[in-house]
Amino acid sequence: MILGRTERGMPPVEPVTLKILVAGGFGVGKTTLVGAVSEIRPLRTEESLTEAGRPVDDISGVEGKNTTTVAMDFGRITLREDLVLYLFGTPGQERFWFMWDELSEGALGAVVLADTRRLEDCFAAVDYFERRSIPFVVGVNCFEGASRYPAEAVRQALDLDEDVPVLLCDARDRETVKEVLIGVVQHAMEYAADRREAVTG
Amino acid sequence: MSVDGQGRSHWFDDEAGPVVRPYAMTRGRTTSPAQHRLDLIAVVVTEPDAGDPETDPTLSPEHVEIVGLCRTAPQSVAELATELDLPIGVVRVLIGDLVHAELVHVTRPVPPAELPDESILRDVINGLRAL
Ligand SMILES: Nc1nc2c(ncn2[C@@H]2O[C@H](COP(=O)(O)OP(=O)(O)OP(=O)(O)O)[C@@H](O)[C@H]2O)c(=O)[nH]1
Ligand SMILES: [Mg+2]
Repeated sequence: MILGRTERGMPPVEPVTLKILVAGGFGVGKTTLVGAVSEIRPLRTEESLTEAGRPVDDISGVEGKNTTTVAMDFGRITLREDLVLYLFGTPGQERFWFMWDELSEGALGAVVLADTRRLEDCFAAVDYFERRSIPFVVGVNCFEGASRYPAEAVRQALDLDEDVPVLLCDARDRETVKEVLIGVVQHAMEYAADRREAVTG
Repeated sequence: MSVDGQGRSHWFDDEAGPVVRPYAMTRGRTTSPAQHRLDLIAVVVTEPDAGDPETDPTLSPEHVEIVGLCRTAPQSVAELATELDLPIGVVRVLIGDLVHAELVHVTRPVPPAELPDESILRDVINGLRAL
């Protein structure tokens, strides 16, 4: 038997990769949530200023600069050597929404984080995922002092479909965040099953 | 030898801003002819028979670093961007060059809708529970 290159050991494993998006209004706990379950790192992308709407940075002194940097939260959860789940925290400001299209393409599903004190902040995200038929769950981040709405009240206020799970969580707490992510995967499975049924029967 | 954090900080200095130099590195290209937009979670794998990229004068230290990183452990486009601390657009161009030079290949992710069955998603759920 020729050993050759295998002297170095097994060929490296190419993992199956999946992604879940984390969306929601400004300051609702997206970064906290991603950090609770994964090693979090900022991911930079550069977008042209025309696309991004208007310059955010002081661009004087950097001649010819016509792009702006947008940072996203990015987390990796290694489930197995050959199975990796990535989390992408979508930038909140509406003028960066064009980036969502790329992020949401091929996504397994999404978490829309909501703060009951300002539920309206997540309307846009709910709308976005509904329109694109991306399975999502609503995670109600239970900030202290915020009145604890029952999940049903949140569902009504957001005018959610029956089948969209509403889960209470604390974005700082790993266990509750795990439950939210599991909720996304389960919902994605049901969603796929329903679609298959719709196609075949 | 791959470029470490120290080496990188010589390559870019923060004061110049993150924009101008990275694109200088890609010679101003924002897209590479070989690759249209690589998916953020597409996995880059170093070809087993890729030689020593350092001997190729057309490659930058960042190219060399990608080849090294993806030899030990194949990784996603997004991870490479964070690892090299470069914007995604720049990393896409660099990966395109490496694909062209046949030093790496890229495995596109399977869209969830095309997963053959539910077993992978069950594995994800079990994996999350076990975290
Ligand atoms: N009490 C409490 N505080 C929280 C919780 N989640 C987040 N926070 C705090 O709320 C603040 C905002 O959280 P972030 O995670 O930065 O929110 P974000 O959605 O990433 O914010 P932007 O990226 O600015 O839109 C931080 O100070 C967190 O520590 C929570 O569940 N309970
Ligand atoms: Mg944040």
